[in-house]
Amino acid sequence: MINFQDVTKQYGSADPVLNKINFIIDRGSFAYLIGPTGSGKTTIFRLIIKDLLPSDGEITLGELDLSSLPKEKVPTLRRKVGVIFQDLKLLLDRTVVENVMLPLEFSGMGEPEARKKAEELLAEVGLSGKEDQFPAQLSGGERQRVAIARALIFDPDIILADEPTGNLDSKTSFQILDLLKSINKKGTTIFMATHNDKLINPEDRVIVLESGKVVEDRRAKAKPHEHAEKEKAHEKHTPEKKEEKVSETPKARSDTKIKLETLAEK
Amino acid sequence: MVSTVSKYIRRSPYQALSAAAIMGLTFFAVSVFAILTIVSIRFISYFESRPQLTVFFKDSASSADIKTLEKQLNDTGKTSSISYVSKEDALKIYKQQNKSDPILLDLVTADILPASIEVQANQAEDLSSLAQIVKGAPNVDQVVFQKDIVDTLVAWTGAARRVGLAVIAILVTVSTLVIITIIGIKITVRRDEIETMRLLGASNWFIRAPFLLEGLVYGLIGSIIGGLFAAGIFYYFSPALESFLRGVPIFPLSPLIVLELILIEMLAACSLGAFASYLAVLRYLK
Repeated sequence: MINFQDVTKQYGSADPVLNKINFIIDRGSFAYLIGPTGSGKTTIFRLIIKDLLPSDGEITLGELDLSSLPKEKVPTLRRKVGVIFQDLKLLLDRTVVENVMLPLEFSGMGEPEARKKAEELLAEVGLSGKEDQFPAQLSGGERQRVAIARALIFDPDIILADEPTGNLDSKTSFQILDLLKSINKKGTTIFMATHNDKLINPEDRVIVLESGKVVEDRRAKAKPHEHAEKEKAHEKHTPEKKEEKVSETPKARSDTKIKLETLAEK
Repeated sequence: MVSTVSKYIRRSPYQALSAAAIMGLTFFAVSVFAILTIVSIRFISYFESRPQLTVFFKDSASSADIKTLEKQLNDTGKTSSISYVSKEDALKIYKQQNKSDPILLDLVTADILPASIEVQANQAEDLSSLAQIVKGAPNVDQVVFQKDIVDTLVAWTGAARRVGLAVIAILVTVSTLVIITIIGIKITVRRDEIETMRLLGASNWFIRAPFLLEGLVYGLIGSIIGGLFAAGIFYYFSPALESFLRGVPIFPLSPLIVLELILIEMLAACSLGAFASYLAVLRYLK
């Protein structure tokens, strides 16, 4: 799904922020990117959404080679990759629901429809009843959930979560992690940067970054396709749960689902 | 989009007021200039369409002198009419024109007003040859050509036009700079919001359009205010002007012409506002 091949990012003649990075994140997987502050985690995310261009190397998302993506298609790419920013980037003068529906404004969706979809997502992340509050009126965990709901608005193939538990207490951090895991279970690839080791299970996929280099790449014990097969088998034997899963995905989400492949084709 | 622009304007009402005010001032000047141009064109056309000269006689001129001259002019075949205005007729005309000012009426008698003839030529080109005859006649005090009046008017309106255009050019430049500054401030204030929108997938057009529309709205409001204000002043002073210009058929100026003028100005103002905003967007939203 996400493929970095010998990617280097360097500003001028300074030491490279990223130095010949290589990794592959499989479709539908949940991968952690860990490393100390300044190790290049955020730079990797910014490269994925083409907020930065690599100095060298190749980045592909699915079939899409980012270097061949024309400038005018970058906004479309960004709508296909959900991002939870480290500083959340919520607009403080807009209500919770207005923040979540903001990206739908870009796509030209009508306000009533966008509002309905945003409200559904807020319900999904446990923020029913907070729609008309402003971000400043929410707790840290709630604000994080707003950012997650906004990242989910186009039902993206990939979610990049940059330190989504950075400023949260342990309990709230695990709640946010559970939320992201539940999203991952629906097939969305999650790539999460963190420096909180306690959140990571030994069987999780972990890429360790240090001074712009991948110093460790721990593959997940259960590969994503194995996960999927196990899940399929599980669903076969428990049809009720399958029904429940379908109903969990609001219709509007599937309506706005955007595939990265379509961007590559165009 | 419209609600976004409306929100942007409401968030900084004083900036919006400044932008609309400077645009209003500019298009007030444009309106005044345009109305004066229309009036002066009508004024000049009126005189240009009347190939006429007026001959004033000395007090010593006898009626025989005047009749001889009239015959001479008639014989050329270049005149369409010649009308004699005696001292008494001149006094009547004077009294009619100044009936509201008794002091002026008391000061003037028929003796101090000259007798005259008004000669209508068939064509404007005939005026020079007729004037040669008149100047050679005895007891002629003064000859006044409509051409002289037209030339004077053209010179005056030309000067007024140059000054008007210079003032408008300055105001348009100032308006453009004010709009650029105001939109620039707004872009700077919303830099974080714009950055967030970009990262979430907003296109350049989506980000720029509200600013362009905002400039356009300032232009629209300014042109309406300026145009209506100028038209109001013009119609308020029309009766006085009409009386001052005595019989020159400039008035009434049709409201349709004024409306057309305001519509053209609205178009120009919207373009100016959007253009200034576009410059701001180019400068501050790279």
